[in-house]
Amino acid sequence: MIAEAGLAALWLAAALAGLQLVLAAIGLRLDATRPATGDGPGVGAAEIMAAVRPVAIVQGLLALLAMALLIALFVRSDMSVQLVVANSHSDKPLLYKFSGAWGNHEGSMLLWVTILGLAGTTIAIVERRLPRATLIATLGAQAAIALGFYAFLLFSSNPFARLSPAAPDGQGLNPLLQDPGLAFHPPTLYIGYVGISVAFSFAVGALITRDVGPAFARAMRPWVLGAWIFLTLGITAGSYWAYYELGWGGWWFWDPVENASLMPWLAATALLHSVSVLATRDGLRAWTVMLAVVAFSMSMVGTFLVRSGILTSVHAFAVDPTRGSFILALLLLYIGGALLLFGLRIGTVRQGSTFELISREGALVANNLLLSVILGIVLIGTLYPIVAAAFGVQLSVGPPFFDKAAGPVALLLVAVMAVGPLLRWRRDDGQAALERMMLPIAVAALAMAAVFIVTGGIAILPFLGLGLAAGLAAASVAPLWKRNLRRTPLFTWGMVIAHLGIAVSLAGMASDSAFTKETLVAARVGEPHRVGPYTVRLDGISPVIGANWSALQARLSVRRGDDGAWFVLRPQSRFFSSPPTTTSESAIATRLDGQLYTVLGAPDGEGRWQLRLWWKPFVTFIWLGGALIALGGALSLLGRVRRDRQAVLREAYR
Amino acid sequence: MKPKHQRLTLALLAVAAVLGASGLALSALKDQAAFFYAPGDVAKAGPPVGRAVRLGGMVQQGSIAKQPDGVSIRFVVTDGTATVPVSFRGVTPDLFREGSGVVAEGMFNADRSFTASNLLAKHDERYMPPQVAKTEAGPMHETKTLAP
Repeated sequence: MIAEAGLAALWLAAALAGLQLVLAAIGLRLDATRPATGDGPGVGAAEIMAAVRPVAIVQGLLALLAMALLIALFVRSDMSVQLVVANSHSDKPLLYKFSGAWGNHEGSMLLWVTILGLAGTTIAIVERRLPRATLIATLGAQAAIALGFYAFLLFSSNPFARLSPAAPDGQGLNPLLQDPGLAFHPPTLYIGYVGISVAFSFAVGALITRDVGPAFARAMRPWVLGAWIFLTLGITAGSYWAYYELGWGGWWFWDPVENASLMPWLAATALLHSVSVLATRDGLRAWTVMLAVVAFSMSMVGTFLVRSGILTSVHAFAVDPTRGSFILALLLLYIGGALLLFGLRIGTVRQGSTFELISREGALVANNLLLSVILGIVLIGTLYPIVAAAFGVQLSVGPPFFDKAAGPVALLLVAVMAVGPLLRWRRDDGQAALERMMLPIAVAALAMAAVFIVTGGIAILPFLGLGLAAGLAAASVAPLWKRNLRRTPLFTWGMVIAHLGIAVSLAGMASDSAFTKETLVAARVGEPHRVGPYTVRLDGISPVIGANWSALQARLSVRRGDDGAWFVLRPQSRFFSSPPTTTSESAIATRLDGQLYTVLGAPDGEGRWQLRLWWKPFVTFIWLGGALIALGGALSLLGRVRRDRQAVLREAYR
Repeated sequence: MKPKHQRLTLALLAVAAVLGASGLALSALKDQAAFFYAPGDVAKAGPPVGRAVRLGGMVQQGSIAKQPDGVSIRFVVTDGTATVPVSFRGVTPDLFREGSGVVAEGMFNADRSFTASNLLAKHDERYMPPQVAKTEAGPMHETKTLAP
């Protein structure tokens, strides 16, 4: 019964999305032809448009109901449902039954539309300042996007399909996904993707009603910020998850699925900065709309890459080729439609206010351009193997390409980022700006000199990275100098903390790539081995039993230097029976100045065990920086929403 | 600057950025893309010595030989038509075993042997590298996971 109710809720939600689109279209058409006064053909537009909001609200709630019912099926381990049989097992811990509902293709797509529907619900409830026609057009665009995904779910990926006869038990969830990360990582990224699609819907709404201006930018900004915060968190969490779960000691692999989340983030970062110019300075109008289209396209490309099965990866659940072509068709339809609308309507967007080259706006344009260049490089590097495969050539594009092509551009971007916030809006004096930059430049030079003296020279990219990180950190907090900190607006704090986060993260990346020490040995029990400042001794191997796995666990005694206190690390090699798989569970000791990362390998049959040990100085800064970036975004969002609410209250008071 | 001009400048800058990105990317791709080889390709055309490439196939039965240092191994990759000897130093992936699929990243040596810096093995009983599945008879198995 639960499965049938879920399917019914999904169909109803899809029908309401259709209704939402049709009502919005009719309402807008009538509204456009309505004479200024009296009776006429356009009468009734208001009534029709008034119906769009409630429909959007109910549509989102029905999608939520469908998702809740799917989760219920997984929690109850209902083995008469195909999806549960294929991806779950009654032995699985409850957390993984719950999150396993989206640890598969169909469930994750249902989560996608659920979040999309709820976003529509939220707009319908909270958005009050946008002109009514633009809001209705926005909800119409939302419904159009949702409709494609409902069709995709209902016609090619039904999560509620029954299995007859019911199976005795399920096939289990991929053990790599049996991790608390699964409960957190996919929903976060999806909220980010969907938030971008909402920003895009606003852009479409504004294009349809020819209303591209500060009001539209202010309505769109919280969604861009929100989406960007979640993307940042999702990417940071995904990176840490891959780091400790895969046991390779790397934090970013330039895997296509990682790029699929990085590309929307890059586009959203650019959009975030240009939407600020539009909201506060009324500049960069067409530019901002174009970026919204690009950001949405990137989130669609990301969904396509991850969900079409075109890539072989832990993220690629779908293998049915019809699904791949379905998503590809959706992708072309939406991106093509968006570009067409942009091309048709962009002529009606008037030029906004202008600015000088050396100004805050100028720096933001440079930021946008450099981000676009990085985005282009990542996009080409990600798609190239797929295109080549279509021509029968097998190749892969890996870290050497991305580091070489995108690394220098990223460092240039960091330099611009240090300068930007220290420039004035509209117009600035180059000489004065240079004077303001003296301290950050001095800090960067000092840092590079210190690194050079202490290490005697390291690779050029990490070297520049460390210097720029120090300079950027100094420049980031510069906007707070000589200010009353208690009266500094929250969104200024947000900018400062987010930029500081980039500096912290960059320092972590550079430090990890320059100073990591690795030891790979076949260790006998009792034998000490050195890695960085640590001594690691294998005390013994013992079996361990978990809920649905068994493991061999090494006991490692570790101490720092020659007289540090001994402590114990326990890396494991785990065996899962359904599906039969082995995974390495690394054991990590986190210290203020880095992490000791240990992995247990295979025995050699003569009493020795492979141990892989890393000492990674300041590697934690990478994710700490990511968290700071997200925190900065959150402060900014809070500050903007609060100020906007005050503005609304003031207007209501008048 | 006149408003019209500013808009034009921005549009031109955007185009320049896109072209710049493409130029940068394509020039870097020329020497950084790692091509995929099966043992049969190498037997026919000779090995591409000194370039980062990927070698894919099945680990030949009985070919894995552990080296005395305990962390190096040698094994043979086959695609049914030809074989390539591979040496590797490191912890092998969890599902690396004889008779199952493997993708080795690394370089060919002048003597047609392969030095792997990284091994990707299937993470799932149902997985087989697509390149291998194509060369063998029988239906392609469900592709589910591959170590990233």
